[in-house]
Amino acid sequence: MSTLYERLGGQQAIDVAVDKFYRRVLSDPYINRFFEGVDMEKQAAKQKAFLTMAFGGPNNYTGKDMREGHKRLVHEMGLNDSHFDHILCHLRSTLAELGVDEATIAEAVAIAESTRDDVLDR
Amino acid sequence: MPTITFEGKDYACREGESVLECLERHGVLLPSSCRAGACKTCMVRALAGTPPKEAQQGLKDTLVVQNYFLACIAKPTEDLTIGLAKEGELYRAQVLEKRMLAPNILRLRLEKPDGFRYWAGQFINLVREEDGLVRSYSLASLPEEPFLELHIKRIPHGRMTGWLFADVQEGDALAFRGPAGDSFYVQHDPEQPLLLAGTGTGLAPLYGIARAALAQGHTGPIHLFHGSLVREGLYYVEELRALAAQHAQFHYYPVVLQGTPPEGGLVGDMKSLPVERLGDLTGYRAYLCGDPELVEALRRAVFLAGVGMNDIYTDPFVFAPA
Repeated sequence: MSTLYERLGGQQAIDVAVDKFYRRVLSDPYINRFFEGVDMEKQAAKQKAFLTMAFGGPNNYTGKDMREGHKRLVHEMGLNDSHFDHILCHLRSTLAELGVDEATIAEAVAIAESTRDDVLDR
Repeated sequence: MPTITFEGKDYACREGESVLECLERHGVLLPSSCRAGACKTCMVRALAGTPPKEAQQGLKDTLVVQNYFLACIAKPTEDLTIGLAKEGELYRAQVLEKRMLAPNILRLRLEKPDGFRYWAGQFINLVREEDGLVRSYSLASLPEEPFLELHIKRIPHGRMTGWLFADVQEGDALAFRGPAGDSFYVQHDPEQPLLLAGTGTGLAPLYGIARAALAQGHTGPIHLFHGSLVREGLYYVEELRALAAQHAQFHYYPVVLQGTPPEGGLVGDMKSLPVERLGDLTGYRAYLCGDPELVEALRRAVFLAGVGMNDIYTDPFVFAPA
């Protein structure tokens, strides 16, 4: 059984997915304030690492990094579940745009969902 | 067993070990994060030796040709000398010509020193040897030209520009290090449409990149937007028109924020005008140069208009305080 990452097309598919996903996020007025003033290239690289993980690809995910990385957003800018939910929506839409079936999308979303408490520092 | 040389010391690499793991086993910690070739935190440059191809996947062309690679996924097959950043050699070059291009913009042409190699669009760091003052200037010349061309904007009370405008004379020798920078033309797809946008002396690298692309036979459309507050700040208008007349695929748009543009030019805000004018930019490659605020605004605008993140090349001019 191949991994989700392989089924989605590996590294090259991730590069395409990152641009589509990041464009959706930046165009969403409900959450794009969290991305103001950040270095777009570095941010895209982080999103690539995140999507690679969500797709079950090679990663070195540490809840601690995820927690540290979002702490300021949670405690100073009010990042909460509703924003996290928007991100999951964009993940679903991005994968659907790439022609991924719903069952596979559900797998990726479940992996992303597992980071929720780390991201929201609970 | 390949050997990794870093900061003058040799480290033996074991079978199946990555460059990052090899150095860590010897107590040398490089910055790293995802360890899966995604986040680019551990990017290093091979100063000697060829890095494994798979460790360059997902990097920009201009980084690949400079032998940058990701240490976390690089399992070396040959000896490598690596560095985090390369402080270029010190060169000295005679000033061949000093000429004003616009009221506050000076063109300097320096003799190209023997052995100095660069890509059009990279920059050099001029060094004032008496006190070590350093400032970066982009190269507007082509590597095959016998001179290096710099466009220098006068900064109020700027120490380097004050000296260059007032004291440096034709025939003097100037010192510099370099080249540096990742914003240049690498022929990847000769038909890919290119957007080049910059303000003020941000034209310098774009002028080099556009001519390098044409010289290498780029056939896709090349759109160059050069912006200035007012018409007096635009320069090379005739040269760029002549380039457009010679090459049907090259399009030149002089842009002013206020007042009347040169004939055929546009009035508007450079942050949004290129996208408004060209519309959907899917499949484009973009080169953005000049004021950092403009570069960041354009980066976002062109990305949202469809340019892939790896197809955006930038050269923000950070002006050091006087």
